[in-house]
Amino acid sequence: MSADQFVQYLVSGLTMGSIYALIGLGFTIIYAVTRIINFAQGEFVMLGGMLSFYLISAAGIPLAPALILSVLIAAAIGAIMYIFAIRTARRASVVSLIIITIGAAIFIRGIAGVGWGVEHVRPPYFTGSESISLLGAYIHPQALWIIGTTLVVVVLLHLFLSYTMVGKALKACAISPVAAGMVGINPRAMALIAFALAAAIGGIGGVVMAPSISMDFNDGFKLGLMGFVAASIGGFKSPIATVIGGLTLGIVVSLAVGVDWGPFTSAYKDAIAMMVLLLILIIRSGRLSAEERES
Amino acid sequence: MLARLKGKWTYFVIAALLLFLILIPFRWFLGQYTVIMIFIGLFTMVTVGLCLLLGYTGQVSLGQAAFYGTGAYISAVLSKICGVNPWLSMLIAAAATGAFAYVIGYPIFRLRGNYLAVATLGLGVIVYILLRQLGPGGPDGMAGIPYLSIGGFVFDTSFKRYFLVWFFCLAVLLISQNIVRSRTGRALRAIHGSEAAAESIGINVDQFKVKIFVLSAVYASLAGSLLAHQMSHISPGSFGPLVSVIIIVMAVIGGLASIWGAIFGAATVCILKYELLLGFGEWDIVIYGLILMLVTIFMPEGLFVRLRELFGQWRLRYAQRGAEP
Repeated sequence: MSADQFVQYLVSGLTMGSIYALIGLGFTIIYAVTRIINFAQGEFVMLGGMLSFYLISAAGIPLAPALILSVLIAAAIGAIMYIFAIRTARRASVVSLIIITIGAAIFIRGIAGVGWGVEHVRPPYFTGSESISLLGAYIHPQALWIIGTTLVVVVLLHLFLSYTMVGKALKACAISPVAAGMVGINPRAMALIAFALAAAIGGIGGVVMAPSISMDFNDGFKLGLMGFVAASIGGFKSPIATVIGGLTLGIVVSLAVGVDWGPFTSAYKDAIAMMVLLLILIIRSGRLSAEERES
Repeated sequence: MLARLKGKWTYFVIAALLLFLILIPFRWFLGQYTVIMIFIGLFTMVTVGLCLLLGYTGQVSLGQAAFYGTGAYISAVLSKICGVNPWLSMLIAAAATGAFAYVIGYPIFRLRGNYLAVATLGLGVIVYILLRQLGPGGPDGMAGIPYLSIGGFVFDTSFKRYFLVWFFCLAVLLISQNIVRSRTGRALRAIHGSEAAAESIGINVDQFKVKIFVLSAVYASLAGSLLAHQMSHISPGSFGPLVSVIIIVMAVIGGLASIWGAIFGAATVCILKYELLLGFGEWDIVIYGLILMLVTIFMPEGLFVRLRELFGQWRLRYAQRGAEP
């Protein structure tokens, strides 16, 4: 692999890594506040991407409002999912919650498949399609949008969690829902906010990535899994850790696919990510199972 | 008196159900449903394994389709490419899949709850990608897998295969029922209740989890091999992550902790998929999603178990009313 190629793979790794990070943020937020792994997280990403395409092409809404509307709809669906599927299942076991979020995931995916059909869609690029040359590598403007959006989202999220009342309440809930309840924070309201926020961030991810990789109703599952890997590398702790996890995953996968492995073609990309996931989970199993026992 | 009456009643029901099962594939009865019944039998085998793991032991696996797939592919490759006898290849496939589950089981079952779910999901994705990339025929799958046969008797029609599959299916159900009612079954339920308590009374928790995981993998492998030898064509699509989710749907409908409910769960899903919603696009997964959410929220013990309870209450009321005057 030459130096130029290396930089090129690094750039594409950073781009994909940013997307994984955005998806992973959704997992982290929901897990921190409610101790639920939301298997429907990837579907919000799919919804964001698909909605932006259909709002622009079918409804003829201009780009910027269409993007914002897509994200808002995704957030609303996240909130609806919490109210109808999660909150009604009071005192459900971990296993039941896993099954419920899987149910929500395939429900959303099925509705998308029924409503939009099976074809791939690709919304227009935000700005131009002429690649920019940088250090011997080419960067597509959309890739810059993806990386930039991720940075902005992380910074805003950090400010929100650290400096607003609602953000601090969310953090308090993440540390201890019982103690948070004692000081007058409503854990259920916080869980609702967490679901809406996670769905919105997933939607943002979908909106910015859809122009560079075309999307269909099936893509949510795979993207969700990648986001989960990103979040678990970060340990489901903080937004920053998740972003570092996402970028690491993106770069590892990109370089692993870039190296010439002979028969090991890019088809193994997802398999590599899953191996990373299994390794991390198994290495950390002692701590993780203690955590699960506590909650 | 009541107990004896109940006993007689039970034997009568079992005999009637068996007769019904035997008669289904005959053309003058429900012959047109033979192929669907074969699928119901195969999926019942996979679902029962998951029920033992999920319902009795309380451990999630979102990767059961992986074992179904390795069973099918190992058996297919051995019998078609290496020329091994199909029965022997089925046996080797089951042993290899079981060994695989055993090796992967110890590290994976150090995880719990959410993390276990994701780890098994990841396992399913890896196996699916490997089947697609390394399996003969790639994404299109392989054809021309030899049929099973005994002596000169070849299982070459669905009529014959129906009996083969349901023989295996009933055997798996009976074995599982015995396990559930044995010391092992009580140990599994203890683990479900509280791992710490189970451990404190001398149950080797990790070992039991792995054992049941291996058993469920072997069930799935057998079902996969049977599928390969009777479809004579298999493709990786039949063993993807969505199939693992569909197996969960079957277990949830039948009742997670219900051995015989597995038939009901498998039947509901197969009839939905291959009869009622055939050609309706993605409506089947919309309905699976709804079922997963509604059943888990409102009747966590499972649709089948809930219906059986309602039937029991109705019979009790009926009996009381009869006794009053």
